[in-house]
Amino acid sequence: MGLALIVCFIINISLGSVSIPFKDVLSSLIGSNTKESWNYIIVDYRLPKSLTAIIAGGGLAVAGLLMQTLFRNPLAGPFVLGLSSGASLGVAILILGASTFGGAVGGFLLHSWGLVFASALGSFLVLLAVMAVALRVKDTMAILIIGLMFGSVTGAVVSVLSYFSDAEQLQQYIFWSFGSLGNMSWLSLFILSTSFIIGILISITCIKSLNILLLGENYAKSMGLNFKRTTFLIILATSILAGGITAFAGPIAFIGLAVPHLTRQFITTSNHKILLPAVLLCGSILMLICDTIAQIPFSEYTLPINAITSLFGAPIVIWLLVRKRKLLF
Amino acid sequence: MNSENKNIVLNTKDLSIGYLKRKSKIVISEQINVSVEEGILVGIVGTNGIGKSTLLRTLGKMQPLLNGDVIFKNKNILDYSPSDLADVMSIVLTEAPASQNLTVLELVSLGRQPYTNWLGTLNEEDKGSILHALQLTDTEKLKNKKCFELSDGQKQRVMIARALAQDTEVILLDEPTTHLDLYHRAYILKLLKKLTQETGKTILYSTHEIDLAIQLSDKMIVMTPENVHYDTPENLIESNCFKSLFPDNMIEFDTTSKSFKVIK
Repeated sequence: MGLALIVCFIINISLGSVSIPFKDVLSSLIGSNTKESWNYIIVDYRLPKSLTAIIAGGGLAVAGLLMQTLFRNPLAGPFVLGLSSGASLGVAILILGASTFGGAVGGFLLHSWGLVFASALGSFLVLLAVMAVALRVKDTMAILIIGLMFGSVTGAVVSVLSYFSDAEQLQQYIFWSFGSLGNMSWLSLFILSTSFIIGILISITCIKSLNILLLGENYAKSMGLNFKRTTFLIILATSILAGGITAFAGPIAFIGLAVPHLTRQFITTSNHKILLPAVLLCGSILMLICDTIAQIPFSEYTLPINAITSLFGAPIVIWLLVRKRKLLF
Repeated sequence: MNSENKNIVLNTKDLSIGYLKRKSKIVISEQINVSVEEGILVGIVGTNGIGKSTLLRTLGKMQPLLNGDVIFKNKNILDYSPSDLADVMSIVLTEAPASQNLTVLELVSLGRQPYTNWLGTLNEEDKGSILHALQLTDTEKLKNKKCFELSDGQKQRVMIARALAQDTEVILLDEPTTHLDLYHRAYILKLLKKLTQETGKTILYSTHEIDLAIQLSDKMIVMTPENVHYDTPENLIESNCFKSLFPDNMIEFDTTSKSFKVIK
C-alpha cells in the first residue's frame, strides 16, 4: 500500500510535458524559488491538474466499487445510474440551448462555472429520479436497468438538441464530453476536493454495510442491516463523488468500472476496509498514468482524457474476462 | 422426554402465511399453530409450493405475516427491530452468497456483524466464535478457500458456520439438503442434530428428505393443503399424517419402514 503511494507520487512528479523543466528544478519549484514562468506552470497548472487526476481517479474508482457492491453486479459503475448522462444533458441544454437564454445571461452561463453548475444539476436531477424509483422498486437489478434507461433517454434528448444546434456550439459540447483535468483554478479544486472528501467520508461509514451486502440482500437484512438507509447512503456517496468529478472534469469513462476489477487482481480480500483505500489509490495511480499519456510528454498536443481512459479501460476489462473467464466481485 | 417442561421458544397463533399482491392477500397456508420447544431439531416437510419456505421466511420476518401472531421468546415478532432479531435468530437460505470472491473465513466472520463496531472490527470474542463455528462444522481446513472453489456440500457447511458465528438461539434453514448427494444430505442433517444437542440451539429446517427427517428430527411440521400438523415423527406416523402428504395414486407411506414407496 505504501509502495503504491510512492509510485503514485513519483508519477505525479514526473508529469513533465508541455514545456521541459528538469526534475530537480521541478521539485525545487514546489518549494518555491527559481524561474518565474516555470513556477507558474508548476504551481498554477500542473499541480492542480495532477491533484485533479488523483481526486478524479480515486473518486470514480470508489464510486465504481460502491455500485458494484450495492448492485452485486460486476458490470456496475458510477455511470450506470445515468449520472453522466444527466450531467451531459445539463451541459447540452446549457451549451446547445444557450441561444434561448440570449445576451448577458447566456454569456454568464457559458462561463466554466455555468458548465459546472449545469452538469452538477443534471446529474443530481437524474439521481433524484433514480432514487424516487428506487424507493418504490425493491429489486436492485431493476434500479440498475432503470438507470440505464434514464441514460438512453437523456442521450436521446442530447442527440435531438445537437441536431438543432450550430457547429460552434456542438464543438463546445463535444470538447466538454472529451473530459479534461486541466484548467482547474485553485478555487474549483477546493470545491472538487470538498465534495470528494464528503463522498469518501460517507463511503467510509458504509464499509460495514458494504461488507455485509456481499452476502446478498436477504442475508444482509437477516443480520439487522437497514437496507433502505444503506442503499440511500451508498447512492448518495456515489452521486456526490461521480457528480462532482463529472461536473469539473467532464464524463470520464471506464475508471469506475475497470479499477475495482483491476484492484481485485492483487488484493485478495473482499473486505472493504482494505479494498476501499486500495481501489482509491489504484484509481488515482491509473488516472495519473492516463493523464501523463494524454499529455504526450515533450509535445504540445493534449489528447482527450476520456479517450485515453477508454483506450486503456476496455482492453483491461476484456483481458480480465479472457484470463479469468468470469468477473468476480 | 418430557417436553412439557421445556421452554417454548417459538410460538405461532392462528398464523396465515402467503404474500401480498397489489394490496390483496394471497394466502398459501393458514391456521398454523406450533409451539417449538428450546433445543430441538424441527423438520418442515410438504410438497413443492405448499409454503415451507414461506413459513420460514415469515418466521424470520423476511416476509410479512398475513394474519395471526408469531411469538418469539414471549415477545411478538413484530416488536423486534431488525438488529434485535439478528441477535436471536439467524438464517441459512437456498441462495448462494452474492459475492463468490469471499474466502470462507471472511464469509463466516460476516456472521459477527450484529456484534461488531461501526467498522466491523473483530475482537477476541468474535474470533473465538468464528473459530468455534468453523470447528463445529468441520470447515476449519477450508478457511482460506474462496467460495467459488467449494463443492455444494462444503458450501452448505460454510453457510451453516456463518449462522453459528452469529451466535443465535434459533437457526432457520431453507432446504439445506438440496443439490447434495445422499451421504451429504445425511451429513448435514446429522450435523444439525449434533448442534441442537451440543449447543442447545433450536433449529428449524425445511426439506424434501422426509425419510431422513423422520429419522433425525425431534419434531416435524407436516404441511398439507388441508392443515398443518406439528408433532414428533412417531406420533405423526401413528396418526397417518404422512399418507395425506402426497396424492396417493403414485407413492404411499410404508409405516413399518417409515419411508415412502412408489406404487408399481
